[in-house]
Amino acid sequence: MSKNIIKGKVFVVGDNIDTDQIIPAQYLNLVPTNPEEYRKLGSYALCGLPDSYKTRFVKDGEFRTEYPIIIGANNFGCGSSREHAPVSLGAAGTKAVIANSFARIFFRNCIATGEVYPVETAADNLCKELKTGDEVEIQLDKNELKVVKTGKIHKLKDIGDVREVVESGGIFKYARKKGMIK
Amino acid sequence: MTITEKILAKASGRDFCNPGDNIWVSADILMTHDVCGPGTIGVFRREFGEDAKVWDREKVVIIPDHYIFTSDKMCHRNVDTLRKFAKSQGIKYFYDPGTSTYSGVCHVTLPEKGHCRPGEVLFGTDSHTCTHGALGEFATGIGNTDAGFVMGTGKLLIKAPASMKFEIEGELPKGVTAKDIILRIIGDIGVDGATYCAMEFSGSTIESLNVEERMTICNMAIEAGGKNGIIAPDAKTIAYVKSRTKKPFECFYSDKDAKYLSVKKYDATRFVPVVAMPFSPDNVRTASEMKDFRIDRVYIGSCTGGKIEDFKMAASVLDGRKVKVTTFIVPSTVEVEKALSSEKIGGKSLVKIFEEAGCEKPAPPSCAACLGGPVDTYGRSNNDEICVSTTNRNFPGRMGSKGSQTILASAMTAAASAIKGHIADPRNV
Repeated sequence: MSKNIIKGKVFVVGDNIDTDQIIPAQYLNLVPTNPEEYRKLGSYALCGLPDSYKTRFVKDGEFRTEYPIIIGANNFGCGSSREHAPVSLGAAGTKAVIANSFARIFFRNCIATGEVYPVETAADNLCKELKTGDEVEIQLDKNELKVVKTGKIHKLKDIGDVREVVESGGIFKYARKKGMIK
Repeated sequence: MTITEKILAKASGRDFCNPGDNIWVSADILMTHDVCGPGTIGVFRREFGEDAKVWDREKVVIIPDHYIFTSDKMCHRNVDTLRKFAKSQGIKYFYDPGTSTYSGVCHVTLPEKGHCRPGEVLFGTDSHTCTHGALGEFATGIGNTDAGFVMGTGKLLIKAPASMKFEIEGELPKGVTAKDIILRIIGDIGVDGATYCAMEFSGSTIESLNVEERMTICNMAIEAGGKNGIIAPDAKTIAYVKSRTKKPFECFYSDKDAKYLSVKKYDATRFVPVVAMPFSPDNVRTASEMKDFRIDRVYIGSCTGGKIEDFKMAASVLDGRKVKVTTFIVPSTVEVEKALSSEKIGGKSLVKIFEEAGCEKPAPPSCAACLGGPVDTYGRSNNDEICVSTTNRNFPGRMGSKGSQTILASAMTAAASAIKGHIADPRNV
C-alpha cells in the first residue's frame, strides 16, 4: 500500500467509544514495548464493545483484524490516557480511524506512537452511511474517502502535520528525521 | 491571560501565551504508575539508550497503585520493573508496594506527599492527572510515548488550551457536594463539551470547598474532555501545600480582562444531589428522580471519591444506620486508611461507623475496582451487578463485566443508596 492510499473494509462504531471499550483494563498488564505483548494487545482490540456489536473487530483466536479502517462518530477514544488503546488498534492492523471528532489524549497518542492515522470527517454522516464490511479507498493526498461499491466520495479534513508524523512512525522517528533530536 | 495561560507562559519561558500556541514547556513533575510505567520506561530506553538517565531523578515520581493486590504474575512483574528502574536511576520518590513507603492511589498521593504546588506543570501517565489543578497548577494526562520524551528531556511540546470559565456562587445546600457540582457540569456540557479546553472553576462556592473537595471537581475535568481543570490558589491551598512541602512556589491568578471561550454561571443554592446513570458520565439525573432504581452494591473509593473527606461524608450518612447491599470501603491511600481510624464522628471512628453499618471491612489502598482490572480485583463487577460508585467513569464494562452497570455518585449519595438498596437522595434518608 502506498503511503497515500489506504484501502479495505470498514468497521463502523458509534459515539463515545472510550478506551475501556477499545482495550479493557484487565489487559493493561501487557506492556506495549514488549513485542510479544504488543501482538497480544492486537488480539484484544475493541473486545470491550458491548454484545450489541454482532461482528467482532478481531475474531476469537486471531491477532489481526479484517478491517483496516474504523469509522467512528463523536468523541472517539474518550476516557483514559492509556497508550494501549491506539497501540492495540495498530497492532491489530488498523491503518486509520475516521471519526466526526476525537478525544484529545487518544488523538495525541495516535500521533506520538504513529500507530494509526486519526482523521476527522468533513461532514458527520459517514458513520450512518457506511456499514461494517463496506469497502472504501482513502486518498490522503486528496483528503477523500471513496465508497468502492457506489463510487461516492466523502471529504475528510486535512490532517496537516499529523500525516508526516504518523508516516514517519511516531514523534521520535519524526523528530530524528527532521534533525530535531539525535 | 488566564491562570492556565500564565502558568504555561512561565513554563515555556515566554512573556505571553495565547490559546492555540504550540509551546515547549518544562515539566516540574512527571508521574507514572504500574500500568503505564513499564511502557514509558520501554520508550525511554528505546529512544535515549539502555543506560540513559532520567532528566531529573527528583522530578520523576513513581507511584504503583492500579494492580497491586492481585495474583496476576504480569502485574507483579510490572511493579518489579518499576522497582528495578527506581533503583538503577536513583529515583527519590518511589512508593514501593509491600514496604513502609507504599502509599496507594497516585492522584491522592501526589498532593499528600507535597508534589503538587501552585504555578507548576505536572504531567502524569493517567487521565485523572487533571486532579492537581485543584492546587493551582497546570496538570494533564499524557501517554507513554510523550512521557518517555519527558523522562529524557524534561520538556514536552503542547498546544496551549483555550479556557472555559465555570462561576459557581452561593452556599451549597446540605447533602450536596463537590461531586454533585462536577456531575452537573458534565451533564450540562457533555462528555466532549470541554475537549481541548482548560476548565477553570471559580466563585464563592468553590472558595468555600476544602482542598479535597476541589480535587474531586478537577479530577473529573477529563470526563468532559478537558485538557486540564484548575482552581486559583487561595489561603486554603497555600496552607495545605505548606503543610506538605518546604519547596517554594508561585501563585498565579487570571487577569480580570482575561479572555474565555465561554463563561457559565451557576447558582449553587439550586443544586441537588445527582447521579450519572449508565453508560456515560454525562447521563446525569437527580438522585431523587432515580429513587426507585434498584442496586446490588455500593463502592466508595478511588481518587475521585476515596479521600478522607469522602469517607467523613459517607460516615455522616451511615452513622447509626444499616446498609442493605454489599458496601465496599476502599481508602485511596495509606494516609486515608489511617484516618478511617483516627477521624471520629460523635466520638466514634469512621471505621467503627462503617463496621456497625454492616459495610465490608476496609480494603488495602489502591485503585482497585474503579477500572475493573484483573479478574481477582477487590470489588470488581464480574456478572451483572448494578453498582453505585464514587468513581469517575461508567462506560460499558468499566468496573469489570459487560453485563454490569455503574452509577456515579457522591460519597453521601452512595451511602444513602447503600441504606435504601436503591438510588437515594442523601437528604431523604
